[in-house]
Amino acid sequence: MTQTKGTLYKGREGMWSWVGHRITGVGIFFFLLVHVLDTSLVRVSPEAYDAVIGAYKNPIMIVGEIGLVGAIVFHAFNGLRIILVDFWSQGTRYHRQMLWTVMGLWVITMIGFTVRHLMLFLDGWGGF
Amino acid sequence: MTTTKSDALLPAQGIEAPRSGRIDPKYLRSGSSKSGSFEMAAWVFMRVSGAALVVLIFVHLTVNLLVGEGIHQIDFGFVAGKWANPVWQFWDLTMLWLAMLHGGNGMRTIINDYAEKDSTRMWLKSILYLSVIVIIVLGTMVIFTFEPCLLDGSGQLLESSPSFCQNV
Ligand code: HEM
Ligand code: HEM
Repeated sequence: MTQTKGTLYKGREGMWSWVGHRITGVGIFFFLLVHVLDTSLVRVSPEAYDAVIGAYKNPIMIVGEIGLVGAIVFHAFNGLRIILVDFWSQGTRYHRQMLWTVMGLWVITMIGFTVRHLMLFLDGWGGF
Repeated sequence: MTTTKSDALLPAQGIEAPRSGRIDPKYLRSGSSKSGSFEMAAWVFMRVSGAALVVLIFVHLTVNLLVGEGIHQIDFGFVAGKWANPVWQFWDLTMLWLAMLHGGNGMRTIINDYAEKDSTRMWLKSILYLSVIVIIVLGTMVIFTFEPCLLDGSGQLLESSPSFCQNV
């Protein structure tokens, strides 16, 4: 067992899932600000929109998209866990098991997404 | 460690809540102070909007990234094709409003947590509210004023126009 020194709060799973939820929430928020701005280029001109959206098809951005989707999927599944903890009568008792379920579903979802996204990307990629 | 897991973690039963009966009424959860009912509504909204956003965003990502040609299909014509359908207009509108209000309220909580000086907190929240309003208004206007079939100087359809423009 880890010894806790002084009064530093080390809340184990409950605390780390909260940290993760907070960081992903902030990240998605800033992505969305930029995303609405880039989508609004459809009102400027088709060329402007296609040029900027073209950046999303760059290999580096493909990695970024996997990261973004990873953040969304964690925030979404963990958000549902928070809702269950709050509203389901057994929620507080099983919060830890539910976190492991969230992590398991996250891994499965991300393997599926990553494989599909990379395959589609490589299919249509014209090279550097 | 001698205590068994289940004993140690079960909520205590039959024990009065700490400081029962001597809590300043403004901290009580019952009764209705003004800010109390706003925070309560915000708390419920975070959960209701979160549940809806799971469906809205997962479908958005599936349709845009996982079917057809995935990321390569996204261009002006793709957006035009989607927004020709009122269902997708409504979908994006709902997603825009819920995600910005949910994210904005979450950011408000975080600012309240970390910005300890009154003036810093006030400034950060003003910037936050302004950005949320600007993005919601901009995103809403983009959906409703979008024009898919654009003409060039000589009145010809632009090449990037989706195919249904030929028929109008
Ligand atoms: C890499 C991932 C993403 C891609 C490639 C993408 C692509 C697009 C595209 C092509 C549009 C134009 C309209 C449409 O297709 O419905 C759009 C609009 C939109 N997307 Fe995404 N999206 C992504 C992720 C997200 C995420 C994670 C969110 C939510 C947090 C989101 C929220 C929105 C909203 C609110 C609109 C409407 C914008 C407006 O009103 O102007 N998107 N997105
Ligand atoms: C995908 C579906 C989503 C679900 C199920 C969900 C669920 C939740 C829940 C239950 C909370 C906790 C609220 C509380 O503690 O009172 C929360 C917080 C938060 N969410 Fe979401 N959310 C989702 C999408 C989003 C999106 C798209 C954004 C960004 C635009 C976002 C940003 C945030 C932020 C910044 C917080 C505050 C975190 C904190 O206080 O530590 N969420 N979310």
